[in-house]
Amino acid sequence: MNAIFNNKFATLFTVLGALLVLVAPQYLKNYGIYLLTYWLIFIIATMGLNLTIGYAGQKSLGHAAFFGIGAYTVAIMMKAGISFWLGLPAAALLCFAIGLILGFPALRVQTIYLAFATLGFNTAVWLVMRNEEWLTGGTFGINNIARPVIFGYSLEANRPYYYFVLAVTLVLAGLLWGLLRSPWGKAFKALRDNPIRAESLGVDIRNYTLLSFAIGAVYAGVAGALFASLVQFIEPAPFAVGASIMMYLMVVVGGAGYFLGPVIGAAVGVVLPEWLRDVPGVANWYLPLFGAAVVLLMIWLPDGLLSIPDRIKAKRAARAASAARTAAASRIGASS
Amino acid sequence: MTDFLQLLFSGLATGAIYALAALGFTLLWQASGTINFAQGEFVMLPAFMMLGFMSLGAPMLVSFVLTVLLAILVLGWVFKRGVVDPLFKYGMMPIVVATIGLSIFMRNGVRAGYSAEAHPFPSLFADKLFNIAGVTVTLQDIGTFVLAMAIVMGTQAFLAKTVTGRAMQAVAQNTESASVLGINVPRMIFYTFAINAVLAVAAALLVTPTYLAKFDMGEGLGNKAFFAAIIGGFNNSRGALVGGLLVGVCENLAAAYISPAYKDAVALVIFMVVILFKPQGLLGKKEERKV
Repeated sequence: MNAIFNNKFATLFTVLGALLVLVAPQYLKNYGIYLLTYWLIFIIATMGLNLTIGYAGQKSLGHAAFFGIGAYTVAIMMKAGISFWLGLPAAALLCFAIGLILGFPALRVQTIYLAFATLGFNTAVWLVMRNEEWLTGGTFGINNIARPVIFGYSLEANRPYYYFVLAVTLVLAGLLWGLLRSPWGKAFKALRDNPIRAESLGVDIRNYTLLSFAIGAVYAGVAGALFASLVQFIEPAPFAVGASIMMYLMVVVGGAGYFLGPVIGAAVGVVLPEWLRDVPGVANWYLPLFGAAVVLLMIWLPDGLLSIPDRIKAKRAARAASAARTAAASRIGASS
Repeated sequence: MTDFLQLLFSGLATGAIYALAALGFTLLWQASGTINFAQGEFVMLPAFMMLGFMSLGAPMLVSFVLTVLLAILVLGWVFKRGVVDPLFKYGMMPIVVATIGLSIFMRNGVRAGYSAEAHPFPSLFADKLFNIAGVTVTLQDIGTFVLAMAIVMGTQAFLAKTVTGRAMQAVAQNTESASVLGINVPRMIFYTFAINAVLAVAAALLVTPTYLAKFDMGEGLGNKAFFAAIIGGFNNSRGALVGGLLVGVCENLAAAYISPAYKDAVALVIFMVVILFKPQGLLGKKEERKV
């Protein structure tokens, strides 16, 4: 019965989700499309972070740095006249390399120490973006970043660009899905659940820790590259520590270690504040309300929004078990 | 040399404040495993509470006492019962995110409900300059340093010398044995939260005259306090003092001799060096890893 319930639930959500992402842009104005694209980009970025913290169990508060490295790589390369289609893989590659390097402190320090090491890394990257004007334009940023052209078809308008980002999101989600079902995915989860036991079972902790950072970073890098092209103007602010903290929040609120966690989490982190801003009477108070909502949500659902089905399942199982117990008890009582 | 001393002195004053904020942070961590990402906002809010009481006409001392009481209630009791207790058993991630939410709520709540501007804050000390060994030091700097050190040392003496303090340390080290020994564990943990709140009020009193009361003043302070706490040793409250002073002084020196643009990276660099060579911090003890 649970299986049926879950299948119905899952199918309903898939159909609704598909309708939303495929059809909705046809009925939205530019701002709505922009917001949806923004949401997709954060889904990509937080999918990577979910791999690092939700599946591999590493504490990372520096994800926005990779987001920024991706964005600046593409922006700088496009300003130099290099195509977006070279910039995107370059951004991914660079993030992979830096992600590997960032993984090294993780081999030495754990939990809160690691969280602050990555937070510090983010600060450093942000300071470079802000201060090295010759490269990044400093606080003036880089403007007029073009959107890419694909097979001679321009993605300059919002709607085509949205569908392009959607396609990238689906491809990357598919790759992550495959990765998590491969032996690698199992190794990541073993690392999260008990590193020492994982090692005793022959999982190379060192490699998988580094890879969990590096692959997570690639997702952020690609997201950053798409972001630069979406907003067409980048400056250091969106890549500061606060953004990393928001991404961490999105993963945990959605449900760390749930595949669809980032989809929900990014909606809470990106769409909810925007929506609250438009609710009449709320305008000035949308950020405090958002903060309060996050606190209450955590108290109510510490494992994130996607733990709701699991909770219902657990409750049903408990009820079924107690019913079975009562039945058994009355049977025993009757026979005696 | 004079320049160097000058920088050193003003760095010590800043560092003492970092130490104050860092101390509360390590206390909470030891007693309850809570990482409070709203620690900076815990300093910002009392500053506004005090301003509020003073604008109602209360003298500074009365405002301070009222603020301490209010802070113990809100930042101590409500925070513990409302946020930490329900999340305690779920590990680090939900508490981290809840306190992040709390910091967003507090920071933007003050901005939306009160003001986005910076407000001047009366200083405890007269506007006076001293000349020591050719170095000009303000009374504000000296007073801040002395008071902050006194508070940090006083807290430590309380923890080490009094029965209550020792009971609190017992709870921090081993909750189960402490409760077997008849220590009222929840009460000791509440005391820790209360002390954290009082330390935050003290920090607000010392830091705001120089940096002005502003809704986002907690952001930088909280970050520096975190780094200071980890540099000194997360599970050692004396470490907070060492870390705080070290960060404050190095930051000042680096801003003058290296580059003001990279001043904020100083805490980070010390932090990286320390955790590479001594992951548990300068004074910290190694924590056993559990299988």
